[in-house]
Amino acid sequence: MLSRDTWKEIFDTIRKNKLRTFLTGFTMAIGILIVVILVGFTNGLQNTFQEFFGDDSTNTFFIFPGRTSMPYKGYKSQRRIELDNSDLEDLSNNFALFIDYITPRISRSSNVSYKNESNNYTNRGVAPSHRINEKTIMMKGRYINELDIKQKTKNAVIGRLVEIDLFNGEDALGKFISLGNSIFKVVGVYQDDGGDNEERIIYIPYTTRQRIEKGNDKLNEIIIGFKPSIGYAGALTLEKNVTKFLKEKKFIAREDRSGIFVRNLAEELKQTQQLATVLGLIALFFAVGTIIAGIIGVSNIMIFVVKERTKEIGIRKALGATPKMVISTILIEAITITALSGFSGMLLGISILQNLGEQLEDYFIKNPYIDLGFAISATVVLIVFGTIAGYVPAKRAARIKPIVALRDE
Amino acid sequence: MIKIENLHKSYKMGSNSLHVLKGINFKAEAGELVAIMGSSGSGKSTFLNILGMLDEADEGTYTLDEVKIEKLDETKAAEYRNKFLGFIFQSFNLINYKSAVENVALPLYYQRVPRKERLQKALSYLERVGLKPWANHLPSELSGGQKQRVAIARAMAAEPKVLLADEPTGALDSQTSYEVMDLIQKINDEGNTILVVTHENEIAHMCKRVVYLKDGVIVEDKKVEQVRASQYVK
Repeated sequence: MLSRDTWKEIFDTIRKNKLRTFLTGFTMAIGILIVVILVGFTNGLQNTFQEFFGDDSTNTFFIFPGRTSMPYKGYKSQRRIELDNSDLEDLSNNFALFIDYITPRISRSSNVSYKNESNNYTNRGVAPSHRINEKTIMMKGRYINELDIKQKTKNAVIGRLVEIDLFNGEDALGKFISLGNSIFKVVGVYQDDGGDNEERIIYIPYTTRQRIEKGNDKLNEIIIGFKPSIGYAGALTLEKNVTKFLKEKKFIAREDRSGIFVRNLAEELKQTQQLATVLGLIALFFAVGTIIAGIIGVSNIMIFVVKERTKEIGIRKALGATPKMVISTILIEAITITALSGFSGMLLGISILQNLGEQLEDYFIKNPYIDLGFAISATVVLIVFGTIAGYVPAKRAARIKPIVALRDE
Repeated sequence: MIKIENLHKSYKMGSNSLHVLKGINFKAEAGELVAIMGSSGSGKSTFLNILGMLDEADEGTYTLDEVKIEKLDETKAAEYRNKFLGFIFQSFNLINYKSAVENVALPLYYQRVPRKERLQKALSYLERVGLKPWANHLPSELSGGQKQRVAIARAMAAEPKVLLADEPTGALDSQTSYEVMDLIQKINDEGNTILVVTHENEIAHMCKRVVYLKDGVIVEDKKVEQVRASQYVK
């Protein structure tokens, strides 16, 4: 069926019907171009959104101790509650099923100096998993590890801006800084998307911090990262159980609201997720909408094209063309035009998106892109529907008796 | 060559049925030039369409060159049309985006004749109708008579058994009509069987036999003295 002669005939027809070819191709190319660009823009919007809300993990509890507000079991009111290492252990043992990671955080502010430069920096005694919580990105060296915790080493991980402030372009790795009254070795430099302040923090092992402070085992706060799979309801239950557990352990009245505080980011997570879902739905709506618009456009032009050729079909049939030949020639012609123009429209759209790059960041569109697979499928869908839209009238036209098609208007 | 027996055809018009052909018996030998005449509504075009397998009869038999034409599906009909028949229409029915030579070559395309060969053949037929210099012109660049000559060349290109002409001069002035009829007569002189539907007496008498249709039946079938069209051609 697809001999060279057939192709020649088809390309001949395409070449000699420039307006028709142009209309069909243009509709197709514009349709797919708009799909690609709109989807790219929505993806860009989502990127911006991710950047706004995606800095810190949201599957997180922060547990702070406070002062009791009522007497309980012989303890007076206004008793000061403290967290210590045993709480860390108990929590991770009792809730192991739901907890992804757990880390303490002991925040202090100390004077830090290297050679002649010095400044005040927040420093945090943490466990290795704190890195997950802050989504800290290591630029060089390493983060605090288990060995640091066990051996209470004087190793420190400093922020990118600390290195810039103190080291005057020197490589900080392996250098010694004085922090408070102790000397720490810099074992890593990190960056963080959370802004300048987050890059001016120094991390040290929490056990080291405890040793410096006369060997106590107190903790400022405990951060729990729960498994995202437990969902919003699971997070609320976990929060309740953790609070209950700690209140029992610390002899705090159940109704006492100020002995232990838990800040649950699950609530925020829920809102973020809802927003992300809505944005995703909008993106999907745009994509589907433009594809449908494209289908309608291409279908219209195909129906028009076939209608316009009814008489030609009649002539060809009178000269001995079988319905199959008539339909296949029309369809192959349509597919050739829509495929060529569709894929060029797609490539044009993709290159426009790539050239835009960061230019639209002021309009909250960051890195607009389209998944190549998605772009190709959208193009194929348009070609297929265009073909179907052409097939139906072509089949009908091929079935019309030649005499009807040839009748003078 | 052609044998028709007891042919009936009616058209459904809503709830009414219009009986157009009411039992036609007709025979034509090879090499005949037959005019089919009748006023409008006499059924002459319907008759020609059935002969041309462009339409189907309700009843009756149709034999063309010893082949019984019956139970035609579209594919079969297309094959027979291509093999047996050449059409000449009142409104020429050329494909407007194809040049003269490509139009003539089209039936050969459907006979799967290779491109080079069919263009060559088409050109030789164009030469026979005197249009070789116009081979690469589009139909829109040709006069009515030239268009009809291209259509005749196209009808002959497939070397059919029978040429069917439906009012071939209907859209032409009398001078051009004579030219076209002259061409048809010459083709007939070469032994081709031609059926011409017309309502003009003058054209009918340029054939060798005239069949009159009235209200769906043949009322008269006679041989006539052929008037040569060449004498009118300037």
